[in-house]
Amino acid sequence: MLNTIWFALWGLLWAVYFMLDGYDFGVGILHPFIAKDDLERRMVINTIGPVWDGNEVWLITAGGATFAAFPTTYAYMFSYLYTPLFLILASLILRGVSFEFRGKIESEGWKKFWDFVIFLFSLIPAVLFGVAFGNIFEGLPFDASGYHGTLFSLLNPYGLLTGVFFLLMFLEHGALWLSFKASNSVAERAQATAKKIWPILLIVAVIFLIYTKFATNLYNNYFNHPIWFIVPLIAVLSLLLMRVFMNTSFVKAFFASCVMIVTVVFTGVIGLYPNLIPSSIDPSYNLTIFNSSSSQYTLKVMLIVAVIFVPIVIAYQIWANLLFKEAIKKEDLEDKEVETY
Amino acid sequence: MDTVLLARWQFAMTALFHFIFVPLTLGLSFLVAIMETAYVKTGDEDYLRMTKFFGKLFLINFALGLVTGITLEFEFGMNWARYSKFVGDIFGSPLAIEATLAFFLESTFLGVWIFGWKKVSKKVHALSAWLVAFGTNISALWILIANAWMQHPVGYVIRHGRAEFVNFWAAVLQPYAILKFLHTIHAGFVVGSFFVMGISAYHLLKNHDVRLFKKAFKIGAYFGLYAAIVVFIIGDLHASEVARTQPTKLAAMESVWETEKGAPMYLFLIPDEAHERNVVQILGIPKMLSILAYHNPNSTIKGLKSFPKKDRPPVTITFVSFRTMVGLGTLFILLALYAFYLVKTDKVFEKKGFLKLMVYAIPLPYLACELGWIVAEVGRQPWIVYGLLRTSQATSTAVNSAQIIMTLIGFIFLYGVLGIIDIYLLFKYARKLPESATTEGGY
Ligand code: HDD
Ligand code: HEM
Ligand code: HEM
Repeated sequence: MLNTIWFALWGLLWAVYFMLDGYDFGVGILHPFIAKDDLERRMVINTIGPVWDGNEVWLITAGGATFAAFPTTYAYMFSYLYTPLFLILASLILRGVSFEFRGKIESEGWKKFWDFVIFLFSLIPAVLFGVAFGNIFEGLPFDASGYHGTLFSLLNPYGLLTGVFFLLMFLEHGALWLSFKASNSVAERAQATAKKIWPILLIVAVIFLIYTKFATNLYNNYFNHPIWFIVPLIAVLSLLLMRVFMNTSFVKAFFASCVMIVTVVFTGVIGLYPNLIPSSIDPSYNLTIFNSSSSQYTLKVMLIVAVIFVPIVIAYQIWANLLFKEAIKKEDLEDKEVETY
Repeated sequence: MDTVLLARWQFAMTALFHFIFVPLTLGLSFLVAIMETAYVKTGDEDYLRMTKFFGKLFLINFALGLVTGITLEFEFGMNWARYSKFVGDIFGSPLAIEATLAFFLESTFLGVWIFGWKKVSKKVHALSAWLVAFGTNISALWILIANAWMQHPVGYVIRHGRAEFVNFWAAVLQPYAILKFLHTIHAGFVVGSFFVMGISAYHLLKNHDVRLFKKAFKIGAYFGLYAAIVVFIIGDLHASEVARTQPTKLAAMESVWETEKGAPMYLFLIPDEAHERNVVQILGIPKMLSILAYHNPNSTIKGLKSFPKKDRPPVTITFVSFRTMVGLGTLFILLALYAFYLVKTDKVFEKKGFLKLMVYAIPLPYLACELGWIVAEVGRQPWIVYGLLRTSQATSTAVNSAQIIMTLIGFIFLYGVLGIIDIYLLFKYARKLPESATTEGGY
């Protein structure tokens, strides 16, 4: 029971991470295209300024929770996916410092350089997280004698498809975020972009859902317990609603996108159960929530910690988000008394 | 090359690099919160400008502390998979708790602090600064509980081929962890205070904004004196705890080869590891080592020779690092005392020589911190978990040396470039005048 609860929490942490940092990635990738001059670029960056670090902590927590609840999975997942993880890490490092560094030296070339860094190192993790999760859905090639894959075996068609799918989700998510967090012409461009990306996202989502049937065993759980089909159904509905909302309210469309990202992650996670990482060679080596978990004692202690503190975290993060809910205006960026990037 | 050695190099490099930025975060976060509180209490604009001036430096430093921390968390799984598997039941919890209790607090309220100058009231803004300071220090608490468990494992049983928790609180509350926490955060406070004093001294020497920087120097001097004394006292208790729990490390820290009752402490000695002796040892203080280690002049100190060679840590580096750290610690107390005296008698501005010294003293507490970690980590070798798991048995089997070499080069390049930029920016903004200081300020 405890193992299952932790499995759900594990999925939830990743889902929330993608829901939050997803728009940071989207914004980072889109900003050279949506913003036309330095002031506009700063506007775009400052929409995520107060929150991106808090969003990234969900990744650190997801990693920490994997370590605490399923240490064997943590050990294998991180050493098997060595190279992609290093690239993700390097990207997060570069993206993280670029916000702080960009405005610290008054030089055109300097700023252009960091704009490029923000673009590229938002793009790489957005795709690689998808590739990594696609491969986990398929299963990794490992058995008693260890791991038999390489970086290139990760770049298989389904892995790449998932990478593209994640990228498009994040692009859409970021465009929607900017549609109401930026102002004037930047917001308008973001709105137009969101509408343009949507049909592509729809097509790729459909291909993904179909290809998943052939590349993975994820649907087995659904056919055994059809009630769970509700989750992918919500994902599809929110994708459709997103487009409907775009005609009236981009805030609502953004929330639909949040729901979609969470339910997409859960579609995969429910399909995996009770595996965390299946072996594509022989199911008897699957890393499951039972054979890779911590002791019941540790799971219990950690559950108490999570039940008490995660709601507190969510409460103050919501408070902080509401504090910065207004769209960023050009005047804000020129106000000397207010700190901005 | 062998993966164990490469993984160790990588860990040592990334951890030591992370810890260039961490101590300033630990100390300066409190100092900035104190400055802002002084502004809220007195309404004196100097404190506001001071807060913003040091706040900017805090942020530049913070950026690198933050991104280099993520590396460490990933590295346990990437390079040390067998270790992670063996200790995961115990070691993962404090890491997860650290993120939940500390990193969220820190990052969220830092966002409020940076961007919220006009969004929240003065009081809530100052409160955010305090929450950031507590967040960083709570983070230190949990990561150091984890590290303390590797130094002195408690509250576990070996079951299913790994260490499993039977008592969470035993690990959280063990003296080793508490002492390590107190010692490390106060080390960070020393770094922060010397940073504030040094930069204030620089501007005082240039006659910039004298009124403001005298106030800043004063805050640094008070806080610095407190911190330097506490680091020293806790350091002494910490060493006794090491003596009790890790006799091999203590012997290496003091380069003691022969077991001796009522052991003396030599003020000067040169170890000779190859011949298992000290080439020179002079200026012995009788029974001092026994007193320091066990607070009992007649206690027995076990020498390195009483342990099998395969269980001994590298001696010279542990010994030299420890001696230097302690020497620096003593120097900090003297400097802080004198600074305190000058502040009390209002003579700071006159003592140009001392001010100059304080500018050059900025890097010394950093050095002491790095050396402290070298003592703690190198002195623990050859164990990754003392007495339970050897470092050589802790690496990932799925990772080969080419992969580690690649990421090692990647980190060296990445950290090298970012480190240079960050330090350049720190210098640049430390030299700048506080906002609008050019029009007013000075006498
Ligand atoms: C939570 C655990 C933990 C924490 C808080 C730290 N370390 Fe550590 N350290 C390790 C866990 C560890 C380790 C995983 O146990 C290593 C890797 C290889 C080894 O022998 O121990 C290690 C090795 C290691 C080495 C190399 C020792 C050798 O190979 O001979 C150095 C110099 C440091 N560390 C320094 C640091 C610094 C500067 C830290 C501050 C951030 C730090 N450690 C925090
Ligand atoms: C070796 C184990 C360590 C790991 C795995 C680790 C992990 C991390 C991570 C993931 C972050 C980024 C958090 C964010 O995004 O806000 C971070 C930052 C931080 N860590 Fe570490 N850390 C380690 C060692 C330490 C130690 C020993 C200390 C203190 C004594 C420490 C103190 C801090 C502080 C204060 C920050 C805040 C950012 C900054 O320093 O500027 N860390 N650490
Ligand atoms: C003045 C007397 C000092 C004594 C007796 C002392 C003692 C110690 C001891 C015994 C350790 C090793 C603990 C272990 O193996 O786990 C240690 C570690 C450390 N020291 Fe010191 N120390 C002193 C001063 C300082 C100063 C001035 C600083 C920095 C400003 C400092 C920073 C550190 C750090 C960062 C560590 C690593 C963390 C830890 O293990 O607590 N120390 N110290």
